[in-house]
Amino acid sequence: MLEKRHWLLALLGRTLLQVIPTLLGILLIMFIILHLIPGDAVDVMAGESGGASAASMALMRDQYGLNLPAWQQFIRWFVHVLQGNLGFSPRFNAPVTELIFSRLPATLGLMVAAQVVALAFGVVFGVVMALFVGKWPDRFLSLFTLLLYSLPGFWIGLMLLVLFSVELGWLPSGGNITIGAQLSFWGTLKDSVLHAILPVFSLASFFIAIYSRLTRASMLEITHQDFVRTARAKGISPLRVTVRHVLRCALIPVVTVAGLHIATMLSGAAVIETVFAWPGLGRLALDAVMARDVNVLLGILFFSSLLVLVANFLVDLIHTWLDPRIKVR
Amino acid sequence: MTIIPESSATSPGRPSGALRQLLRNPAGVVGLLILLTVILMALLAPWIYPGDPLDMVATPLLTPGTDAAYPLGTDAMGRDVIAGIFHGARVSLLIGVSATVIGLVIGILIGSIGGYFGGITDNVLVRITVLFQTMPAFLLVIILLAISTPSVTLIALSIGITSWPTVARLVRAEFRSLRNAEFVLAARTQGFSSWRIIFQEILPNALPAIIVTSSVMVASAILMESALSFLGLGDPNKVSWGFLIGSGREMLRSAWYLTAEPGLALVMTILGLNLLGDALNDAFNPRLRER
Repeated sequence: MLEKRHWLLALLGRTLLQVIPTLLGILLIMFIILHLIPGDAVDVMAGESGGASAASMALMRDQYGLNLPAWQQFIRWFVHVLQGNLGFSPRFNAPVTELIFSRLPATLGLMVAAQVVALAFGVVFGVVMALFVGKWPDRFLSLFTLLLYSLPGFWIGLMLLVLFSVELGWLPSGGNITIGAQLSFWGTLKDSVLHAILPVFSLASFFIAIYSRLTRASMLEITHQDFVRTARAKGISPLRVTVRHVLRCALIPVVTVAGLHIATMLSGAAVIETVFAWPGLGRLALDAVMARDVNVLLGILFFSSLLVLVANFLVDLIHTWLDPRIKVR
Repeated sequence: MTIIPESSATSPGRPSGALRQLLRNPAGVVGLLILLTVILMALLAPWIYPGDPLDMVATPLLTPGTDAAYPLGTDAMGRDVIAGIFHGARVSLLIGVSATVIGLVIGILIGSIGGYFGGITDNVLVRITVLFQTMPAFLLVIILLAISTPSVTLIALSIGITSWPTVARLVRAEFRSLRNAEFVLAARTQGFSSWRIIFQEILPNALPAIIVTSSVMVASAILMESALSFLGLGDPNKVSWGFLIGSGREMLRSAWYLTAEPGLALVMTILGLNLLGDALNDAFNPRLRER
C-alpha cells in the first residue's frame, strides 16, 4: 500500500514538473496574441463610448497599467488568469470563465462518447484484422478503415445528416436535447442518445481508423514474440492468449496514440459541433470569431489546453495499469 | 571524405530503390494516379474553366446530369459546381503543400538542433514541442485568423506553424540515435562544422521517415483548410472545396449534391495521399512488408 502511494506521488510530481512550463508557455502565447491585435482596451472603450480626447485616453492607459513594460503587464494579466479571471465578454454579456463552464460539459460529453466508440470499434476491427491477416475480413476492413481515415468528419456528418435525418427521418438533425420537451428519466436518456448518435460517429470515424490500424500492426508484431509462444506452449487457450497476452500489450501503443490525439479530437469536435448545432465550446468559439471576441477565444484555448493536460495524466495512469513495469521507472 | 557516400549507400531506405518499390505496389500506383489527376485539375483549371468560378453562369440549382454543359449542376447562385471544384483543387494543393513545407522547415530545424546538441537546448526545444502539441492546433489557427484578415498566405502560414511538432519529434529521435554513430564521429574528427554534420551527414538518414510523414501532413493541411473555409474562415476571394461544402450546406435539405460533390473531390484527394503515404512507408521499410 505504501509502495502504491509512492509511485502515484512520483507520477503526480513528474506530471507537475512537465505541466507547469507548458502552462506558462501557453499563457505567454496567449499574451502575445492579445498584443498582436491592433489597438488596446482603451481604443475599444473609446470607440464604444463614441470617442474620447487624447488626454483622457492617456489617463485611462495610465490607470489600467497599459503604459507599463510588457513583462509587468504579463505578470498582472497572469495573476488575473490564475485567479480564474479571463476577462468579460461584451458579446455574450457574461464573464468568460462562466461562459466556458456552461459549454464545457457538452463538449466533454461528446469527446468522451466519441473516444469510447472509437476505441471500442477500433480495437475490435484491429483484432479481427490481425486474426484474419491476409484473408478477406482483413482486406475488407483495411479498405474500410482507409476510407474512414480519409473522410473529413464534418463532411461525413453532413452526409449522415442527409441520410438519417432528412431522407429517413430516424434521427434528429441538431442540438443535444429536444428543447421544451417534458420527458421522464428514460425519455430524456433516449432523447439525448438519439441526438448524440450522429455527432459521436462523425467525430469517432477518423479515430476508429487510427486505432484499428494501430491495433492490427501492434498485434501482428507481438504475436511473434517469445512470451506468446511460451503461453501457447503452456496450453493456454487461444482466446485467452489473444486477450490476456497479446491484446494487453498491443493496447499500450493504442493508449499512447489516443493520448497524443486528444488535442486533435478537440479540434475535430469544434467543427462537428457547428454541423450539428451542438451547444459546446466549438460553437462558442465560432460565435466568438464572428463577433471578434478574442477574450472568449483565448479562454477556450486555455481551457482546452488544460483539458488536454488532464487527459494526458489519465493516459499515464492507464499506462501504469496496462504495463506495471512503468511504475518502476 | 570517402566515408560519406558509403554510409548513405548502405542505408536501407534509398529514395531511388524506394521509388521502384512504390511503382510495384498497386495501392501506391492508385494513390499516385489520383494525385496526378488532382494536380492536372489544378493546373488546367484556368484553361478549361476560364473566368471567375464565383460568377453566375446558368439557371440556379440545375440538378447534375440535366444540362451537359454543367455536368455537376449549379448551386443556388447559378455557379457551375465543376468549375468550382477545378479551381478549388488549386487552393487545396497550394495550401497543403506550402503549409507542409513551412511545417517541415520548422520541424527539421527544431528536431535536428535539439537532437544533435542535446542538453539544455534540447530540453527547451522539447518543452516548446510539447507546448504546441498540447494546444489544439485548429483552435490556434482559428484565433490567428480571427485577429487578422484571412488570405491564402496567412492560412498556409498558420497551418504550417501548428503542424511541425510531429516532424520535430521524428527528426529528433533520428538524431539522438545517430549522433554518436561512427560516421558522425568520423565527420567530426575531420573537422566538419556542426551545420555540415547536421544537414549533410545525419539528416539524409531521416529522409525516408520525413517523406512518409510529409504525405500525411499534406493530407491533414488540406483537411484543416477545408474545415476552415467550411466554417467561413477561408480566403473570401478564392473558391475552395471547404467553401463549396459550406455554401452547399445551406441547401442540404433540397440539393444535397451541392455538399456531396466537392466533398467527394476532397475525400479522393485525401485517399490518394494516404494510399501514397502507406505505399511509401512500405517501400522504405521492406522488413514490414514480409509479414
